[in-house]
Amino acid sequence: MPLLDVRNLSVDFKTANGQFRAVDGVDVQVDVGDVLAIVGESGSGKSVSMLALMGLLPWTATITSDSMMFDGVDLSRADDRTRRSIIGKDVAMIFQEPMSSLNPCFTVGFQLREALKAHLPLSRRERQKRAIELLEQVGLPEPERRLRAFPHQLSGGMCQRVMIAMAIACKPKLLIADEPTTALDVTIQAQILELLLDLQKDTGMALVLITHDMGVVAETAQRVSVQYAGQKVEEQGVNDLFANPHHPYTDALLAALPERATTKHLPSIPGVVPGQFDRPAGCLFSPRCQFADDHCRQVKPGNAPAELGHARCHYPLIKGVPQREAS
Amino acid sequence: MDNTLIEARGLSRHYDVSNGFFGGTATVKALSNASFTLQAGRTLAVVGESGCGKSTLARVVTMIEKPSSGELTLDGHHIRSDEPLTDAQQAELRASVQIVFQDPFGSLNPRQTIGRILEEPVLINRPDVTKAQREQQAREMLAMVGLRPEHYDRYPHMFSGGQRQRIAVARALMLEPRILVLDEPVSALDLSIQSQILNLLVELQERLNLAYLFISHDLSVVRHMADDVMVMYLGRVVEKGAASEVFDAPRHPYTRALLSATPVADPTREQTRIRLEGELPSPLNPPAGCAFNPRCWKAEERCRQSAPELDEQEAHPVACYFPL
Repeated sequence: MPLLDVRNLSVDFKTANGQFRAVDGVDVQVDVGDVLAIVGESGSGKSVSMLALMGLLPWTATITSDSMMFDGVDLSRADDRTRRSIIGKDVAMIFQEPMSSLNPCFTVGFQLREALKAHLPLSRRERQKRAIELLEQVGLPEPERRLRAFPHQLSGGMCQRVMIAMAIACKPKLLIADEPTTALDVTIQAQILELLLDLQKDTGMALVLITHDMGVVAETAQRVSVQYAGQKVEEQGVNDLFANPHHPYTDALLAALPERATTKHLPSIPGVVPGQFDRPAGCLFSPRCQFADDHCRQVKPGNAPAELGHARCHYPLIKGVPQREAS
Repeated sequence: MDNTLIEARGLSRHYDVSNGFFGGTATVKALSNASFTLQAGRTLAVVGESGCGKSTLARVVTMIEKPSSGELTLDGHHIRSDEPLTDAQQAELRASVQIVFQDPFGSLNPRQTIGRILEEPVLINRPDVTKAQREQQAREMLAMVGLRPEHYDRYPHMFSGGQRQRIAVARALMLEPRILVLDEPVSALDLSIQSQILNLLVELQERLNLAYLFISHDLSVVRHMADDVMVMYLGRVVEKGAASEVFDAPRHPYTRALLSATPVADPTREQTRIRLEGELPSPLNPPAGCAFNPRCWKAEERCRQSAPELDEQEAHPVACYFPL
């Protein structure tokens, strides 16, 4: 049984102009010790689906799902007390902006000890000791001094280390990292990714990495799930995904990487991601897809079998060639 | 004919910051002693992490800031720190150097239509152009950057990030500049949109023979776009040369570390990462000697005492005592 098993998750937002579906029927499975990357562009619903799991969405959001099983508990049906005992303890999350995720009014130590106090039966002295241990574990020098520092006295990379320390404080089984390195410089990004992977290996926790950077995906993930306009369009192991993408969107996205370019002119995807009012009737990618025909524009595609990466496409690609006979 | 559009020699920009009530002032050397040239139709990329002075360089080259010392020649006009330009000269120069900013959501006035945004530089700098001519120029420019004529009367909020960046490029080109400074032009954009804008920039450069000063922290984009690369660390140029040489045979340890830290979208590639310890030192209190020495694995006593200089005579100069 997977550690996390979310089935058919949808999230709708109430907006001034009516309902907007940000996540549309997404399944997520994560096993113990798994490193899953969720990739997608802005507006693809990659963060929203994980925020829904954490219960961090505002009241305007309506979350529906068949089930949200985490470690034997269905989070979608559990009462608030049960949820609170799991969220933040067994499932933890770190965010993109380390500077603004920490409270500027309290010291790092206070915020770190607060996380411990909420979930673990430790005495004040034990909490302090554990806080120092945690900062050592995430590689911050002089942990005693850092505990007395306020967030503005630390750099972005150090703040992200503090966030990670807070997230792993209660030894979570699942860590969700939402664009953990997007706001950081490359040399610091390398340090933070390495830290996350080391922690993942040492503790055996599962890691979900939300990102838009294909380079980060290639270097960290084992499995990759690609999202587009709120739907999961493909899921594969990392090597297979880069070698043989089955959904035309993944294929086009990889081709658009400057480092894969052979000429000065990059292959690009025409148009933009559909918004609230111009969602196509059939396949959501059909207006931008080079292989789309009338069938794609009218009929919503189902998921292809696992050997074709569950591609949500009528004609999944094999080595860049659409399989028209298959359907 | 000499095609050199920018020639910078020993360009520096220092800021005095107050150090609290009793602290007196400290000097931040945001940019020290940068020298480079840029020819028409070429792209010079400036790479480095935050705080390395690449945006200060952009501000000095576009004359938003004056250099503290050093010489800058833009399109044949000399700018010296000690001899300020007259307003008329400045206006003339501004027409030949334009800038595109990183964030297309912050750089367009939300209360102006696209037409008005595009016409404003002409209105200010070329008062003798008639209204009808201005409008025609703006409409031609819309077509050139791949937007439709009906976009002329719309407002910025009606556009996506990629389209806004096209508008920002169009505005920069309205005065027919010869130099375009691109300050992280694609880092706020999604991957599928990024390639559209990069293609647009390549096309415009070929068509208009523009010189690009391309500032970016994304090395895969730089590798794709640049002819020459200048690597900066803490306000100093540490290495420069042709893009292929800098990427394939980096000589400065920092360049090497930066390249190895950049994630490559190829899961089968062997990872040989150089692990850099620590973070960028504060520019208020830079380390003695070579600025990179506290994080460098090759640093020796000499590096801690004096800062290595860049030898401008070399083809692929590097500011390091122990180049790779």
